[in-house]
Amino acid sequence: MPSSVMPTSNHNDGHPSQVAISAAGLRKSYGDKTVLDGIDLNIPAGSVFALLGPNGAGKTTAVKILSTLITADAGQARVGGHGLTTNPQAVRAAIGVTGQFSAVDGLITGEENMLLMADLHHLPKPEGRRVAAELLERFDLTAAAKKPASTYSGGMKRRLDIAMTLVGSPRIIFLDEPTTGLDPRSRHTMWQIIRELVTGGVTVFLTTQYLEEADQLADRIAVLNNGKIAAEGTAEQLKRLVPGGHVRLRFTDPTAYRTATHTLPTATGDNESLTLQIPSGATQHELRTLLDHLHTTGIEADELTVHTPDLDDVFFALTDTAHIPHQPTEATR
Amino acid sequence: MSTLTLALRDSSTMLRRNLLHARRYPSLTLNLLLTPVMLLLLFVYILGDTMSAGIGGGTPDRSAYIAYVVPGLLLMTIGSTTIGTAVSVSNDMTEGIIARFRTMAIHRPSVLVGHVLGSVLQCVTSVVLVGAVALAIGFRSTHATALEWLAAFALLVLFATALTWIAVGMGLASPNAEAASNSAMPLILLPLLSSAFTPVHSMPGWFQPIAQYQPFTPAIETLRGLLLGTGIGNNAWLAVAWCVGLTALGYLWSTARFNTDPK
Repeated sequence: MPSSVMPTSNHNDGHPSQVAISAAGLRKSYGDKTVLDGIDLNIPAGSVFALLGPNGAGKTTAVKILSTLITADAGQARVGGHGLTTNPQAVRAAIGVTGQFSAVDGLITGEENMLLMADLHHLPKPEGRRVAAELLERFDLTAAAKKPASTYSGGMKRRLDIAMTLVGSPRIIFLDEPTTGLDPRSRHTMWQIIRELVTGGVTVFLTTQYLEEADQLADRIAVLNNGKIAAEGTAEQLKRLVPGGHVRLRFTDPTAYRTATHTLPTATGDNESLTLQIPSGATQHELRTLLDHLHTTGIEADELTVHTPDLDDVFFALTDTAHIPHQPTEATR
Repeated sequence: MSTLTLALRDSSTMLRRNLLHARRYPSLTLNLLLTPVMLLLLFVYILGDTMSAGIGGGTPDRSAYIAYVVPGLLLMTIGSTTIGTAVSVSNDMTEGIIARFRTMAIHRPSVLVGHVLGSVLQCVTSVVLVGAVALAIGFRSTHATALEWLAAFALLVLFATALTWIAVGMGLASPNAEAASNSAMPLILLPLLSSAFTPVHSMPGWFQPIAQYQPFTPAIETLRGLLLGTGIGNNAWLAVAWCVGLTALGYLWSTARFNTDPK
């Protein structure tokens, strides 16, 4: 099923620079547990790609394979125009990775971490110092630069982590759950940072379990479930996959609510809050038909809201077949 | 950039990182230094009379025993320091930054080479400090020439390099710091089974070959010969062979461990 979602092969691509990351049939198992069960990817350069999935779906494993940290059991992948297995050093030269667990050296200061990166990218000393100072400033870490990184808060560590990733000006950046565990303010700061990266032409591969995050940041989203890509497309395309739209009517008068329940057989009701959900699209025509029907049957709701399907509906529909897509969309965190 | 310059440059960067760690958190180094110093004082002041009487044919001579015991203790200092190496390598591997190093276009073994160079420097520092304590309590080298001092220093560095690579392998193979500390215990126990404290010929017959040819005894006998003018025999070659062999083994073992996929 996943291979039908999109074309993947770009081996004869005349413009390898146009494709930042491509993969075909990536597999990985630990013992008898299959973590990735044939993943195909094709990510254009300069775009933001989100791999969305619940815990344990295989997101981190995918990042680890594509960033040369571990090797796949089967399948091919090219990152930045280089084969993962044939030329891992060239891949490493093109990428920057910010893993799920902070990849900073806690025993040394933030500034020393930055200078370490500059040295490992073989920048001349003055340039290394300049780049380190600039990035510390940009990520609001100048005040804490002389303190050991182990004393940083979660948000600061994550910012230092990304700052270190940027020292070598990578063209492709992997961010594994960049906002997990961050408070709302730090999360929004992180989103802003990611948006700025993209304006510089960098390709971003991010994983997240938050639908809102993928919706906010990504050009394309792949939903990963049980090691397979269940669906792939833009946020809008994915939303169209599930019929999650409905109109919600709220009543204050229990009698009016009961009458409406009898008159509208397709509606599902909630007797506690006196609300009715009627499946319906959000087009003008569909709404007009519904409103006309309400008018002719004499139903007067106190409040009417139109609910369009969001990624939550998609997510629930795709990642859990036992789950009904029409769940009330609670905040996911 | 050629592979060699890349290797040198990244290794020196990693060495700087490890020296920063050692400077910020010197407690581990100091703890490990305490063991050889305590042993030196114990064997000289508390057991010295008995030990020297046993070796010297009945006449207690504590100052003679200082001369006998110091070369072994200097090498034991190296063993003790490398336990710290195994622990810090094991700790370091749990740090997220190691995963970052693995995804960077750097000379991979430099992560380990940095640990080794840092550890060898620590060994040399520790040996100098223990040597200073030995001098303070009366150890004197008898007629060692400058060349012999140089050879003694070279032997200590070579021995430190060999034990460090083995300790790095132990650190990489251990799931946590406690396990690393345990698996590195032989590095401090082996000197007790060598000619460090008593001559090999005083040991039970069946045990003598083990004591004679384990890595510490040839190194101790060579160092003793260089500093005190005792006979070295083929011990110098044995010591060098052990050092080269252990270094090669430790290097291959460590880099193979480091190159396997992390969990």
